[in-house]
Amino acid sequence: MRRPEWVPAGTDVETPNAARVYDYYLGGSHNFEADRDMARQAMALWPDLPVIMRANRAFLRRAVQHLAALGITRFLDIGSGIPTFGAVHEVARAVHPRARVVYVDMDPIAVAHSRLMLQDDPLSAMVMADMTDTGDLLSRPEVTDLLAPGEPVGVLLVAMLHFVTDAEDPRKIVGALRDAVPPGSHLVLTHASRESRPRQADSLAELYARRTTTPLVMRTRTDVAAFFDGWELLPPGLVWLSEWRPEDPESVGPHPEQMSGLAGVGRRP
Amino acid sequence: MRESPSAVAGPAPDFTDAWSHLLRSGPGLALPPQTLRRVAATTADLLRRALGDRTCDTALAEQAGTLLVEAHFTDPEILAAAVALLQIQPAGPERVPAVAGAFASGWAAALRERTLREQEAIQRAAFRAREDAERARNASEARFRALFEHAAIGIGIADVDGTIVQFNQALRELLGARPEDLWGRRVTELVHPEDAPGVWEAYEDLVRGRRERFQCDKPYYRRDGEVVWTHLTVSLIRDEHGEPRYQVAMVEDITDRYRLQERLRHQATHDPLTGLPNRTAFFERLEGLFEQPPPDARFGLCYVDLDGFKVVNDSLGHETGDQLLTAVAERLDAALAPLGHLVARLGGDEFVVLLEECRGDQEAVAVAKLVLTTLARPFLVGDQQLTIGASVGVLAQRIAATTPGAAVRAADLTLYRSKEAGRGRWTLFDPTHNARAVSRYAISVRLPVALDRGEFFVDYQPLCSLADGSLVAVEALVRWRHPEFGVLGPDEFVGTAEETGLIMPLGRWILERAVGQAAAWVRRYGEAAPQINVNLAVRQIRNPGLVHDVTSILDSTGLEPGRLELEITESAVIGPEDESLRALQAIADAGVSLAVDDFGTGWSNLAYLRDLPVSGLKIAGAFVTDPHRAGTDDPVGWRIVGGLVSLAHALGLTVTAEGVENSQHARRLRSLGCDWGQGWYFGRPMRPERIARWIERGRPD
Repeated sequence: MRRPEWVPAGTDVETPNAARVYDYYLGGSHNFEADRDMARQAMALWPDLPVIMRANRAFLRRAVQHLAALGITRFLDIGSGIPTFGAVHEVARAVHPRARVVYVDMDPIAVAHSRLMLQDDPLSAMVMADMTDTGDLLSRPEVTDLLAPGEPVGVLLVAMLHFVTDAEDPRKIVGALRDAVPPGSHLVLTHASRESRPRQADSLAELYARRTTTPLVMRTRTDVAAFFDGWELLPPGLVWLSEWRPEDPESVGPHPEQMSGLAGVGRRP
Repeated sequence: MRESPSAVAGPAPDFTDAWSHLLRSGPGLALPPQTLRRVAATTADLLRRALGDRTCDTALAEQAGTLLVEAHFTDPEILAAAVALLQIQPAGPERVPAVAGAFASGWAAALRERTLREQEAIQRAAFRAREDAERARNASEARFRALFEHAAIGIGIADVDGTIVQFNQALRELLGARPEDLWGRRVTELVHPEDAPGVWEAYEDLVRGRRERFQCDKPYYRRDGEVVWTHLTVSLIRDEHGEPRYQVAMVEDITDRYRLQERLRHQATHDPLTGLPNRTAFFERLEGLFEQPPPDARFGLCYVDLDGFKVVNDSLGHETGDQLLTAVAERLDAALAPLGHLVARLGGDEFVVLLEECRGDQEAVAVAKLVLTTLARPFLVGDQQLTIGASVGVLAQRIAATTPGAAVRAADLTLYRSKEAGRGRWTLFDPTHNARAVSRYAISVRLPVALDRGEFFVDYQPLCSLADGSLVAVEALVRWRHPEFGVLGPDEFVGTAEETGLIMPLGRWILERAVGQAAAWVRRYGEAAPQINVNLAVRQIRNPGLVHDVTSILDSTGLEPGRLELEITESAVIGPEDESLRALQAIADAGVSLAVDDFGTGWSNLAYLRDLPVSGLKIAGAFVTDPHRAGTDDPVGWRIVGGLVSLAHALGLTVTAEGVENSQHARRLRSLGCDWGQGWYFGRPMRPERIARWIERGRPD
């Protein structure tokens, strides 16, 4: 039975939204004044944010390319936001022209935008769902279709879990996703960490808590590593964003830890 | 004019490398390397051509700017860096600014296009999202309207002033009301005389935001005047700032259930033969009197037994007997109910009259006389005239002075005496006789086995600081759950226990139990646990084993001696030469406190207080209660209490006032400097679990 459709919250453009703020960091214009104002405040606290976000975006691209090279043609991108360039289906289709992607987000504007972008793409789908309710997410027809043939899936939680509080039990969420996907599936994950710059990280978290409806939860390397319980980490393991399989040694830069984001890819045995 | 050197000059040989390097830093990070290389090569080529050939159109430079934006090089820093690099190329003096300008213009125009495109896309997305939300909201509202309108349960919404703003079909039907009967009406108008106590207080709390919901069973008048019984759940709805905004009532018709309950309740509480309230109903009413009575309230009981009923039954048959009982019941009820008294049948030919308010013995005796005269006239049963007498045991007491069980026992024993004294009469309760009778009846026979059978238990009465009301100590009070007579208090059996010597094992048992309980509280609550007070009987004090008993119980339970206070009566110690003084001294030396109990009722020798190793003084309850009863404008009694307090303080004793029944007492005693209080105002003896909750919460239930 279909759930009753409750009125989605978050269609106002007065409250900054994490997806649109991220777009601004990347130099996009898919945002409103409230988002830009919030992003400018964040960048005043932490001028490297655009660089970090680009590194995150670049990691996503490298990881998807890598998975595609391993033969994976199905992707579940959870917390996809507003993909301006280098969207998962574009990257994957450079290798597999018929790669399928299901995007998931709970922000109504991000969802509407993605649907407008994807309306002519029969191999991609956009699902509006709250990923903390994995039971609901995994029962959506788009998701069950993606998983139906039993082929390995790339599950993407890129810059996503730091918007899930401990009370919402992110480890349980990742565990439920792991149990739902077939062996040979991969988890692609990045997560904000306060380890390299605790003071800046804390003020940024405070800003998100105050301005947005999605508080930012920085976690330690140990906490992030625990999300890979039941997955085998591919080399080089859990590393700073730019250290994960760089295409060009120069792009790692002298201080990869300044990226303040941890990245890893795990394989479900 | 000379040929300009720029005709042959062009970009520096390393321009392509420098250009690629510039793009690789910054936004280029996010691009795949091959894409980056391609973009760098294409744009460098366009710019080289633009710089190197002055006949060539600057449109090539514009195109390079456009390509960069398309490849996501939208950061203004890129433009600045690119223009700076172009500026230092060794092309002609007109050529370089023209190329740089064309490049910047191409970049800016592309960025503008792109920004507009993206803004349009996100605006469309926001619009679409709002449309979807609006649709969902409409669908949601339609669903809720249907749910509200067709719910089987009555639902009404009112604002916090109580004005009804919305209600559904079910509620209208339940109240038999037309819409215009409900629109704009006040919730507070819907009162009914049978509303449970506290309902409207709960309502006030709710609309003021002090509680979120309440539930109750509540009757309403229907428009046709009938009464509908409902189960009502009222919830508070707050606005986004947390301010109370609406109340929602869900109203379920439970009239049938209520009627059934009433019938079952009537059956459970009424005697099927006579229709009078039965034993259960009588005890409920009686016990109800004991819940929070006014301090001086009195009640009366007439315990009625028909004389010679067995003869009627045996000779004329049960049917006639039953008819006679019914006739007796009717006559008693007709005579006494109008006076406001309750007539109940306890069983067989036993009836009882309960005077819920009774000014004293005389009024109770008057009722007993009325019972006798009412029954004196012959009864017509079938075609027979039957004359039947009755005996009545009469009792009138202060509610505070007894318990329901003890009162009924006393009335029963008085009836028994009345029968013994010859029939057809009433007999008034006599306390001394009663005590003797209770002892004779029940105590001496049963007492020896009661301890082995675990029929005793201990209740605890709070002692509170008069300064702040906090719980400071509890007094252990033994109770006997007598299989026949119910729960007996110490007054009813300790005397006999002393006479028979059973007080020795019983006293030790109480001490063990109470000290064990106190130690458990200390382990659980630490410093918040109260001191434990235990009474010592005279005979216990004279027992040479007492000191050993006390110290070994303290050792085995682990309670600090300082947390135990033993209460002794004045009569326990005859004088300074007394043998028992040494035992008390030894106990005091072990660190246990001693207090003189019931001070003021007996000898009250102030001088000997100095010689006793005591640290506390408890002023007898009667002593505290009496000044109050004498009236507040007679200060003599209070002055005596005040004198006792000063004297005790001069001796360094803590003074506890017993019998504190109300806040006036407590205030007065506090002003007199009294330290602690004990009595109904602070709490009656209660189960240890209630004391534990008190300690936990820092206040009584």
